[in-house]
Amino acid sequence: MYQTNQYEGMIAETASIQGHKGDMINAYVARPLGTGPFPGMVVIHHAPGWDEWYRECTRRFAHHGYVAISPNLYFRDGHGTPEDVGAKVRAGGGIPDEQVLGDLDGAKNLLRSLPYVGKIGVFGTCSGGRHGFLAACRLKGFDALVECWGGRVVQSKEELTPKQPVAPIDYTKDLSCPMIGLFGNDDKSPSPEQVNQHEAELKKHGKNYEFHRYDGAGHGFFYYDRPAYRQEQAVDGWKKLFAFCDKTLKSELQR
Amino acid sequence: MCTMIAHQAKIQGRGKSGQDWFELREANVSYDHPYDMPLEHALNIDFVNEAAGPGARVAVELSVDAARKLVQTIEAVLAQADQRGVLEDKHQAANR
Repeated sequence: MYQTNQYEGMIAETASIQGHKGDMINAYVARPLGTGPFPGMVVIHHAPGWDEWYRECTRRFAHHGYVAISPNLYFRDGHGTPEDVGAKVRAGGGIPDEQVLGDLDGAKNLLRSLPYVGKIGVFGTCSGGRHGFLAACRLKGFDALVECWGGRVVQSKEELTPKQPVAPIDYTKDLSCPMIGLFGNDDKSPSPEQVNQHEAELKKHGKNYEFHRYDGAGHGFFYYDRPAYRQEQAVDGWKKLFAFCDKTLKSELQR
Repeated sequence: MCTMIAHQAKIQGRGKSGQDWFELREANVSYDHPYDMPLEHALNIDFVNEAAGPGARVAVELSVDAARKLVQTIEAVLAQADQRGVLEDKHQAANR
């Protein structure tokens, strides 16, 4: 817990990183000042885009002692306001899963290259929650996953597209790290039934997970700038996810 | 986005963003998260010119009821114009 007489400093800036197929993309990196070691966190933005909320979220992780990096997964779709770029991606049915995984691997590798970073987690909300689950199943080197209301982890065959050819739930057996999941019981994507399926699959494969489901909350209940914001549930959700991350990633800061 | 329900129509038109008009070539219609409408999902229409970059965009976000009313209203207006024989040929409009 932060103490009022504690020194605190942070550096936060945009950087270029190597993403999928060696493409250079930009990323927002925030880290506490000091020599570390610090745990790392890859922060995956939500479907509406690489926006201000995600800048703040990245800095929030740094405030809690994490070296956090949020790659711009929409880099290849041009530049403009986050809304305009996000709307372009929305019109195109999202971005390809393989490209996302390549970019997330690049973000993780940047953290790995830093001498002051220990264990590395991955966090995402909305489509970022789905991408986080995919990353924790299909990439090596993540030590914890925070999935917040990952929409379309469960997908019917009709929902599969060339960009998203496999439902993430089908990779559950490959999940390589402990996970925490936060969900709103009024959400439609994922619906409570889909969260049940997600949980059943984790149980079936003996995975280390904890799910927290909130009454009175729908999709995106952390977003203070949207009507979906639910103060009580959001405060509790942040508390639970930081407890999980601190236990999983800070307990032993050596790789 | 979370539903990924999106269709695109190639269109001819003009849109105004700020003080300036620009050529519209596509209408992207989605039922997904809106940016400003206080709903989890809305019927979003982005009138864009993809060739001019992401900023060439006129956006509307509608409730389901509003979207259906809009469709009915457009059809009614076009039907009335057709009845009166004033519908313009699209090639005629494009050549202006």
